[in-house]
Amino acid sequence: MRDLEGAHVAAGSPPRPRTPRSSVVVRLSGDSGDGIQVAGGQLALATALSGADLETFPDFPAEIRAPAGTTFGVSSFQIHIADHRVHTVGDRPDLLVALNPAALKVNLPDLRPGALVILDPGTFKKRELERAGFTCDPRADGTLGPFRVLEIPIEELTRKATAGTGVSARDAGRAKNFWALGLVLWMHDRDTRSVEAWLARRFSNEPALLAANRAALAAGHSYGEVSELSIPAFTVGRARLEPGTYRTVNGLEALAFGLLAGGRDAGLELVYCSYPITPASGLLHQLANLRPLGVTTFQAEDEIAAISAAIGASYAGALGVTGTSGPGMALKTEALGLAAAVELPLVVIDVQRAGPSTGMPTKTEQSDLFQAVFGRNGEAPLVVLAAATPADAFAVAREAVRLAVHHMTPVVLLADGFLANAAEPWRIPELSPEPAFPVRFHTNREGFRPYRRDGRGVRPWVVPGTPGLAHRISGLERDFETGAISYDPTNHARMTAARRAKILAVADDVPPAALEQGEPDDRLVLVGWGSTYGAIADAVAAARARGRAVAHLHLRHLWPLPRGLGPLLAGFDRVLVPEMNTGQLAALLRAELLVPAEPLTKVTGRPFTVEELSRAIEARLEEAP
Amino acid sequence: MSAIHAPLRLEPKDYASDQEVRWCPGCGDYAILKAVEKALSELGADPDRTVFVSGIGCAARFPHYLATYGFHGIHGRAPAIATGIKLARPDLDVWVVGGDGDMLAIGTNHLVHALRRDPDLVILILNNAIYGLTKGQASPTTPIGTRTPTTPSGVVERPLSACEIALAAGARFVARSVDVHQKHLPEILVRARRHEGAAMVEILQNCVIYADGAWAAITDKAHAAETQLLLRHGEPLLFAEGRKGLAPARYRAGLRIVEVGPEGWQAAGVLVHDERDRTLATLLAALAPPLPVALGVLYADPAPTTFERAVHAQIEAERTRAPALDLAAAIRRAPTWTVSD
Ligand code: SF4
Repeated sequence: MRDLEGAHVAAGSPPRPRTPRSSVVVRLSGDSGDGIQVAGGQLALATALSGADLETFPDFPAEIRAPAGTTFGVSSFQIHIADHRVHTVGDRPDLLVALNPAALKVNLPDLRPGALVILDPGTFKKRELERAGFTCDPRADGTLGPFRVLEIPIEELTRKATAGTGVSARDAGRAKNFWALGLVLWMHDRDTRSVEAWLARRFSNEPALLAANRAALAAGHSYGEVSELSIPAFTVGRARLEPGTYRTVNGLEALAFGLLAGGRDAGLELVYCSYPITPASGLLHQLANLRPLGVTTFQAEDEIAAISAAIGASYAGALGVTGTSGPGMALKTEALGLAAAVELPLVVIDVQRAGPSTGMPTKTEQSDLFQAVFGRNGEAPLVVLAAATPADAFAVAREAVRLAVHHMTPVVLLADGFLANAAEPWRIPELSPEPAFPVRFHTNREGFRPYRRDGRGVRPWVVPGTPGLAHRISGLERDFETGAISYDPTNHARMTAARRAKILAVADDVPPAALEQGEPDDRLVLVGWGSTYGAIADAVAAARARGRAVAHLHLRHLWPLPRGLGPLLAGFDRVLVPEMNTGQLAALLRAELLVPAEPLTKVTGRPFTVEELSRAIEARLEEAP
Repeated sequence: MSAIHAPLRLEPKDYASDQEVRWCPGCGDYAILKAVEKALSELGADPDRTVFVSGIGCAARFPHYLATYGFHGIHGRAPAIATGIKLARPDLDVWVVGGDGDMLAIGTNHLVHALRRDPDLVILILNNAIYGLTKGQASPTTPIGTRTPTTPSGVVERPLSACEIALAAGARFVARSVDVHQKHLPEILVRARRHEGAAMVEILQNCVIYADGAWAAITDKAHAAETQLLLRHGEPLLFAEGRKGLAPARYRAGLRIVEVGPEGWQAAGVLVHDERDRTLATLLAALAPPLPVALGVLYADPAPTTFERAVHAQIEAERTRAPALDLAAAIRRAPTWTVSD
């Protein structure tokens, strides 16, 4: 703290004038060993504490230990900071901090023309340039022409700042992420208090490292004031957020909390069974660290064992949950059919990634919708949900638990790699003190029949250990009432119809279709699902601000589709379905509702940009009858 | 058994369900069903607290025929389903039943991992050396040379040994019996149930339709004394009515047959069975004709705890370390800020 004040005093001159901005998109980038994600996390926290809205996304290399200085070893963190609600991380960075040439190389194509690029000239040596794949120095050949470039010897300044803190030369250089963070915070008119508090906790047992990182942070922060370079300084005001207590949350964290909240509301213990797979493993990590809150975690020997154990747990009266990504979903298919056949509750989380086969494990896609809705042998209907944003994943995970236990059905919750890792402010919900939808196991011997359905078509949940109700369940077709094996033709037809009707009736238990934005008599509606929410919401809001008659509808319940969806969509001239696949929801809407849904597809492994959607909106409105 | 309940006094027949048994007449599974009912009666098992889990195949029909809770699942996955049941409800008495196709082909992975994790399960492998339900194809335990619809010129692959796999997987209870051994088999089943942890019992079962006599070389009464080695803990490895025994091989690791003379088995160097000796168990598991095949408990050495107990003890310890942690507190472990009107 003293260092920091000292630096300010030393500056002596009046503070630089600051330009007000309504939003800024910042990308920090460097080698995977440069601590970019840590710096990004702290930038997000400082931004959140300042009251601005934000959305963040980390982009780390697929390789675990990529060679230093190469393009495939680049780690980046993007943050969208705004004085209004934003739902995306921003299409193109306004500011790039590139800690080495490879980081510059990787991020150049994404930059907005006129963007500010901060480089460390100390890293632009021949070897580094070659490693990054530059044949000549991009600072000299006009490559950086469209941008404003500031060359700041970040590493050298970090070493100077940390001299005397007692750290090794190596550790001194490694504090450069905090130097850069200090500078970026200053540029945005943010103080360093939250970062210092974090550093104090993180390095409580390593005083030298604490001192070095603090000194680097402070030096970066004061550099803007004292430097001869005219470093741009701006302010982003507070956003109008709903009153409440907030934290930032990424999709995987929100899923974990949502599952736990659901278990609590159902009055059940969870058993989360999973097998490591990108990008879903993080959910197992999260829950393994939250076991005292009512979840037993189990790392199974394979995807099939994971879902099978989850089914066993549900059979025994806990709620079995399994999580995976596309290839793992494929392996779980047979067991998912078993859960549908024996009619036990189960939640399956599919954090989708680009496919087919192994595809691109770290890149996002929404191409498992058909797999979730239809991908089983036989007629095996189940419920499919999708989370729209990282924070929304909390509510959707809780909803998945509710529907699973109340309708005795497997529920597939679709997330994706982008949603899993993106983070945003989350208004922490009030948790009800009592279970909100408690499960009551069936214990009554009177006229007990394992498959006798109630008015909603749901069979009773009887757990082993219940006196007098011992019975057998099986993946073989079973009698409509007794559950005994039955190959009777009319019984099979009746059971097939009953299983289908039970799932379709879930639509009576979920909210009817409603628009996120716009009016039912607008000309165009964008229908989305999953993590395209942000880009669609921002594009539609911008179009409406331009006076365009465009609406946004976002599906969280994909199967069964919500009531009223057909008539609502029929009221628009055009229905456009942006999705990160080759048109799966569009096909589903056409087949189920006979609406002329038009797919707008993207399969690059990256999310839609607002710009892409804005262009699509304008094009459709020009053509619309 | 982890459940502490007064044993019930039920007759073996009280454990039969109301379902008509649909195995082929003469199938070895009938005898195994009878032995299981006997064992349950002997154990005083409470049908309401007992769960039979199975995969797919003739053997996997088992749960339907017992008046306990039953879950007839999918091919090969019964050990995984059972592991989930034990994680959720450690108090339940859970048995897994499968055939050689179920447990040693499509589900080997789950068998191996269930055994290494060691949840308190009894795992019965009804080994008939054939695929019965799918009509007679070669299984992983079908002997070399056997002609089946899928191996018209005879099997060329070497068969798997359930007991050797179990030992390699780190199983702490490994036993073998025969379907028609109506005294031996229930005894083994009772011991398996009383063992805390995963107990694997291989049962040589005769499929009268597709592999009749597959085990005859071992099980035929006429020469059983020569072909079977009945194991008893603390007793010498004798067979052929005590005329022969097994002694350590000379100049190599292994077992050899020795004649027991008038000076007795000690003088002949016959080994004494020790259920806690894993090395001996491994040698016994590998015995195959012309050596006598080992029947009984090859290995029994319970671990200090079971998988589910270890998991729940950890969770309890985590709870004790953070007594105030609830979901609301966990959510607020990250930095928070407040927005007011
Ligand atoms: S096919 Fe063989 S194993 Fe199956 S029921 Fe018939 S005799 Fe038994």
